[in-house]
Amino acid sequence: MNNELSAIEKTVLSDYKYGFVTEIEADEAPPGLNEDIVRFISAKKNEPEWMLEWRLKAYNHWLKMEEPNWANVKYEKVNYQEIKYYSAPKQKKKVNSLDEIDPELRKTFEKLGISLDEQKRLSGVAIDAVIDSVSIGTTFKEQLAELGIIFCSISEAIQEHPELVKKYIGSVVPITDNYFSALNSAVFSDGSFCYIPKGVRCPMELSTYFRINAEGTGQFERTLLIADEGSYVSYLEGCTAPIRDENQLHAAVVELIAMQDAEIKYSTVQNWYPGDKDGKGGIYNFVTKRGICQGAHAKISWTQVETGSSITWKYPSVILKGDYSQGEFYSVAVTNNHQQADTGTKMMHLGKNTRSRIVSKGISAGVSNNSYRGLVHVGKNAANARNFSQCDSLLLGDKCGAHTFPYIEVKNNTAVVEHEATTSKIGEDQIFYCNQRGIDTETAVALIINGFAKEVMNQLPMEFAVEAQKLLAISLEGSVG
Amino acid sequence: MLSINNLHARIDEKKILKGINLEIKPGEVHAIMGPNGSGKSTLASVLAGREDYEVTQGTVEFAGKDLLELSPEERAGEGLFLAFQYPVEIPGLSTTNFIKTAVNEVRKYRGEEALDAVAFLKLMKEKMAMVNIDQSLLSRSLNEGFSGGEKKRNEVFQMAMLQPKLAILDETDSGLDIDAIRIVANGVNKLRNKDNAVLVVTHYQRLLDYIVPDFVHVLYNGRIVKSGPKELALELEERGYDFIKNEFKVEA
Repeated sequence: MNNELSAIEKTVLSDYKYGFVTEIEADEAPPGLNEDIVRFISAKKNEPEWMLEWRLKAYNHWLKMEEPNWANVKYEKVNYQEIKYYSAPKQKKKVNSLDEIDPELRKTFEKLGISLDEQKRLSGVAIDAVIDSVSIGTTFKEQLAELGIIFCSISEAIQEHPELVKKYIGSVVPITDNYFSALNSAVFSDGSFCYIPKGVRCPMELSTYFRINAEGTGQFERTLLIADEGSYVSYLEGCTAPIRDENQLHAAVVELIAMQDAEIKYSTVQNWYPGDKDGKGGIYNFVTKRGICQGAHAKISWTQVETGSSITWKYPSVILKGDYSQGEFYSVAVTNNHQQADTGTKMMHLGKNTRSRIVSKGISAGVSNNSYRGLVHVGKNAANARNFSQCDSLLLGDKCGAHTFPYIEVKNNTAVVEHEATTSKIGEDQIFYCNQRGIDTETAVALIINGFAKEVMNQLPMEFAVEAQKLLAISLEGSVG
Repeated sequence: MLSINNLHARIDEKKILKGINLEIKPGEVHAIMGPNGSGKSTLASVLAGREDYEVTQGTVEFAGKDLLELSPEERAGEGLFLAFQYPVEIPGLSTTNFIKTAVNEVRKYRGEEALDAVAFLKLMKEKMAMVNIDQSLLSRSLNEGFSGGEKKRNEVFQMAMLQPKLAILDETDSGLDIDAIRIVANGVNKLRNKDNAVLVVTHYQRLLDYIVPDFVHVLYNGRIVKSGPKELALELEERGYDFIKNEFKVEA
């Protein structure tokens, strides 16, 4: 081999394909965080008193907390006084049809290949589009309303369904839970709310596209999803973001509640700007995602494809409270260049005969670091709990790292907990074999990666799986060599 | 079709090919034989474009093009196929999906339209019958958990699907029992026609009982030291490679 750049290296150096900024005027709070800012956000959103009090309580608790540092990631600490905590596109009025949406915004979606109307027409996906912090349009709402399904922005839910929000917000992730969830509780600007009534099977995939858009704005999304007894819902979340020079903090909170016999499938494709090839810029993604199987036979399944962010720090978890409830976690996490990911799950077995399954696929390239961190906890009353965990790592090149931190706590001796782990490397031999069949290196890497991740990809709804496969290929373009 | 002229190649500092000359015409079957370490597999790899080897001298013309200027995937597009001695495994990638990608990439290279699912399936059915391969094998992950015979049969199936101008079989008989050799050889024979050619690289003569060559070349110490009709293979089998070594004592 010579010193010239290989084809692979050249593509690694190619620019982030989704890096562009939408020019929309923003209505912003000044940078910094204090009680007045919390009040400002709450007032901007015209919130009731109880919501403001809840936010203030969270803020005051946050002040007493310290930023955690146990994750296997390194980054420059965030200056919380430099962040703008509120930024809304100027366009305030609610839209009735997609035609009324700012054309600039439409273009953004089109560049991403997720044009709203196409989605609407072809795939029957209802989209609650979130640009920065305010929902700009919700589709299919009426069809859902006929079934009694509520799917709207959390701001709207606070206005229209305060009893549900008040009852459930913070019930799975309390404001005191951790540093970032406390911060989110104080300043969350918007997010999605979903309620599926008893016995209703949601007829379409619910979907939200998040984008981080105004420069220097932290995003604090709040998602609350409640599946009442015997209901079913599949929720999709996906995102890409424009190029940024400074790091941007994203600290979302997602809470899922599945009542007896209910099932929630929550899928994420995350592709935020990962920073340039030297590790400059990029999004910090510090997310708290947790679901509770409140009743017997409830089921929660998390599927995530994480390709973006300079730092990913998240553990979508399931509290298996109801007897016979089930939790699943399927994850593909890709890190390239200087990206760092510390991700995994917590399965908290509390009820009897509870089951959990963890399938984690970590792919590391460049000089990145990819860690799986998972906890399987079996409480003393969780008789016959079962867990199966499988953690596979794939390395591209020899400068990246893959780490596995499995924690197992078992307090009931009828439990069966299994853990399997493998580490492998994409070989020159595999690439050459594909080349010899006429397949170029880019496509070959994509084929190999998608093969590796197949078990997880199979869990995604069809239309999402296609997008996710493309993302995997894009994120790893040319990282073998 | 293939014209190799004074080809030299090395890996790191080690010279392996030291002036190969070989001419292959459409419709012909050539066999390259030789003792271990003589450079047989290196020749196959260099022709396919493996990066580990550096060509230091000589030219290779294939179908009117300078082969050495082409990337491995372009060579495949031009119709050069290598049946690997050790086919690699790619977990999670279905064999069918892999072959479909390969077929369509090659078609793209040639400026042809991609085959749609129906057309691809039709082609696959036809070739499956031809080389006697089972559908169940093709829905499994590429070569993963395949037996030696299954892997080689899969190579021949890929050859059938890609319909190359020149197929190079690199030690295709290694690790196979006699029944498996016969099945694989039958597949190759069915694919032969007046427009394509086969280059069989092998240590043993036995494969040549089934794929009968028009010419046999003996490779020793990086050079073709002897060429002849198919009977040469039998002579080698009888006398072993020692007589070649004695006859052509050269510094290694």
